[in-house]
Amino acid sequence: MIPELGHLALWLAASFALLQAAAPSIGLWKRDEALAALARPAALAQALLTLGAFAALTWAFWVSDFSVKLVAANSHSQKPDLYRFTGVWANHEGSLLLWVLVMALAGAAVALVPTALGERFRVRVLSVQAFVSLGFFAFLLLASNPFERLVPAPTEGQGLNPLLQDPGLAFHPPLLYAGYVGLSVAFAFAVAGMLENAVGPAWARATRPWVAGAWALLTLGIALGSFWAYYELGWGGWWFWDPVENAALMPWLAATALLHSIAVVMKRDALRAWTLLLAVAAFSLSMMGTFIVRSGLLTSVHAFAVDPTRGLFLMLLMALYIGGALTIYALAAGRVAEGRQFALVSRESALVANNLLMSAMLGVVLVGTLYPMALEAAGGAQISVGPPYFNRTTLPMLFVAAVLMGIAPWLGWRRSGTGHLAARLLPAGVAATGIVILALLLFGIRGIGALLGFAAAAWLGVASLSILLRRGVTLNIAGMAVAHLGVAVSILGATASGALQQEALVAMRVGDAIEMGPWRAELKDVRPVAGPNWTAIEATLDVQRNGRPVATLKPQSRMFVAPPQETTEAGRAGWWGGELYSVLGKPDGSGRWQIHLWVKPLVRLIWWGGLLMAFGGLLALGGKLRLPSRVRTVAQEAVA
Amino acid sequence: MKAFAIALLLIASPVLAEPPTPPDVPLSNPVQEQRAKAVMAELRCLTCQNQSIADSNAAQAQAMRMEVRERIAAGEEPEAVRAFFVERYGDWVSFVPPAREDTALLWAAPLLFLGIGVALVARRFRR
Amino acid sequence: MKGKRLIWLLPLLLFAGLVALMANHLGAPQQQVIKSHMVGKPLAEFALEGVAGAPGLALVDLKGGGPVLVNIFASWCLPCAVEAPQLQALKDRGATIHGIALRDEPADVAGFLARHGNPFTRIGQDPGGRMMLAFGASGVPETYVVDAQGVIRYQHLGEIRAEHVDLLMAELEKAK
Repeated sequence: MIPELGHLALWLAASFALLQAAAPSIGLWKRDEALAALARPAALAQALLTLGAFAALTWAFWVSDFSVKLVAANSHSQKPDLYRFTGVWANHEGSLLLWVLVMALAGAAVALVPTALGERFRVRVLSVQAFVSLGFFAFLLLASNPFERLVPAPTEGQGLNPLLQDPGLAFHPPLLYAGYVGLSVAFAFAVAGMLENAVGPAWARATRPWVAGAWALLTLGIALGSFWAYYELGWGGWWFWDPVENAALMPWLAATALLHSIAVVMKRDALRAWTLLLAVAAFSLSMMGTFIVRSGLLTSVHAFAVDPTRGLFLMLLMALYIGGALTIYALAAGRVAEGRQFALVSRESALVANNLLMSAMLGVVLVGTLYPMALEAAGGAQISVGPPYFNRTTLPMLFVAAVLMGIAPWLGWRRSGTGHLAARLLPAGVAATGIVILALLLFGIRGIGALLGFAAAAWLGVASLSILLRRGVTLNIAGMAVAHLGVAVSILGATASGALQQEALVAMRVGDAIEMGPWRAELKDVRPVAGPNWTAIEATLDVQRNGRPVATLKPQSRMFVAPPQETTEAGRAGWWGGELYSVLGKPDGSGRWQIHLWVKPLVRLIWWGGLLMAFGGLLALGGKLRLPSRVRTVAQEAVA
Repeated sequence: MKAFAIALLLIASPVLAEPPTPPDVPLSNPVQEQRAKAVMAELRCLTCQNQSIADSNAAQAQAMRMEVRERIAAGEEPEAVRAFFVERYGDWVSFVPPAREDTALLWAAPLLFLGIGVALVARRFRR
Repeated sequence: MKGKRLIWLLPLLLFAGLVALMANHLGAPQQQVIKSHMVGKPLAEFALEGVAGAPGLALVDLKGGGPVLVNIFASWCLPCAVEAPQLQALKDRGATIHGIALRDEPADVAGFLARHGNPFTRIGQDPGGRMMLAFGASGVPETYVVDAQGVIRYQHLGEIRAEHVDLLMAELEKAK
């Protein structure tokens, strides 16, 4: 009964989405304000009903109602509680329902939050948003009904892919989706801005929080996904330039560029047409990414349940919305004047440089991801474009971006002097030089890439810190500095874990030990263990550094019951922001086990940096608030 | 009918599991092992979904790793080892795309995008 | 002025191109079939030990006699069992077939041949799976036509079905 109610709620929500899309379109055209104003209550009703539908599906998963086909196919009564819950969105139908839910909640937020752009603009945004939602509702109801029944109901479900039974992966997709949906709001603002001819500083101020929030969520989602791949896939890598990763990276790059260009619109009323294009592109790339992931268009290591028919549906939606938005763009962008010109040395030109680099990186990732497909379609050779290509092309650009990011915040708007720069950037310059000397002499690093990486991290890190230490920075500026600091921290983690990594691959008996520099790992034990829905062979490795015990690693080779599948669980332990990482391999038949051990210094900084970036994005939502100065006043009063 | 025949075969064959592959044996010379590792990271596993042979548990990836190690140990240059695999399986097997006419656009992409961007931006600047 | 208008149309055109490209590729199989690039090239020197009572296989055994079939198989591979009757049919029509037993135990190979028949003249044992690289093979089973000069002339990917028998006989004829 409850699944049927959920299904009904979904249909009703879709009807309200139709109302929300149509009422303002007709109302604004016929100058019927009362009709147009219906969009707001419609948005609220749509959000409540979608929430109801989502609750119904969650209930079906929670009580393991195997008469619902989706539950039977993706759940199992013995699954731990957390995964019975997260199983709701760990499948195609459920994730689409989650997408629609987040979208509806964002619509409700637009309907409720006060706006400086006027009621007319608000209902226009709601209408555009509902048009987009409608497509997803249609996809959900017509091609991927999550409430479909299974007759007769099986007594047991088929279980969830064991790789997905993990807290990291449980929360990675919702974060990404929330980010994509945030970008869909920016998309709606852009389309409404073009239709209403309202693009300017006020528009930028209204749009920016959505972009910053979406960017922060995307950053978190990508960082979590990377961390998950690192500890779950068992190869010790954290970024593989796989199509599925690139699909998430592209909207992030577009959102990063958008976040910077929208600041130029806000402060200087320039770069309007370009910013509009970025706002359309960011959401378009989100849709394209989802399409690539769900349609199985490209071969990926992050295997998804794919379905070409559904891929076709998604592609039609994509063609409709993106094609429509770009058509409006082609017609309207000519009217949107680009605004003022810049001086070469100014804050805005630095932001333009950021946009150039982000867009070029985006272009390279797009071309690299799709090139093999295009070449094959043209009857050419089968080629692979992998990490070597992406690293060689994007890392130099990232380096230049990091150098500029250190300088840009010190430049003034309009026309900036350069006299103060030397003094402001002195600490950063000293730090960069110092770390290079340290790396050369103390660690004997000779790779030019690694040295540049260390230099960039120190330069950007110290430059960002010195902004944070200034008096009375606004939350906006603090957010920027924290996000930039996060980039520096990530670069440091990536460089150090690569350049200073130590690795050993040894077949060993219980009692044998690996010696690796100051490290010594002894295999203490190999024995079977049992978990809630798996059994495993577990090795115990005691690790010492310079003779002192530092950690015990327990890598496993796991066998899951439902569905039957084998996975490797890395045995990990933290060590000063770095990690000891071990994988249990196969036995060699004569009592020895293959052990793969890595020491990865500072590797955790990669994800801590991601967290900092996301935190910076959220801080920036605070706008002009000056929290630190107020803290100082309170302190002064306390002293007085 | 065919499905039934296959099912019968399945029952009739006692073992259908692939025997386990022997574990990897790294080269004793650490410089050579490092070099072999670098080559493995850039070769694509034939039977996997977008994995390098360094990251794959597949039996054939293991055979390929063995081949890489033997060739590096025999003093072959990494480029020559890669060429050996490309000769057998085509460009697909290497994660480094070839530098040729048909990949000119791919390799030119970064400069092309930056160039277009600079050209577009140039007129925005005040002289 | 007109040229300026066109610039605004550019994103739409680029997007249309992208959609066309993706639509074209949609539904194509995820795992591409990697064909051997050794077809048309001579095999390198090799010598494998025999198994299950059959004599071993070396490059010299392939040369001189005329085109032969080389079948890569394994006892643990289900499609290899499925194609056994077709291999027998090829043998009955006069083809010489050599086998390469991939990553297998001798006892398992003997059992497999006892159950599914032995169409092979010679069988080489390849415990490490290295012969896959020599032929440019990416899976099992695969069947190759090798001519009298030791040059690979044709590659058949996957199991041989009834409809492939004529095809392989024709390829053998072509390789003469």
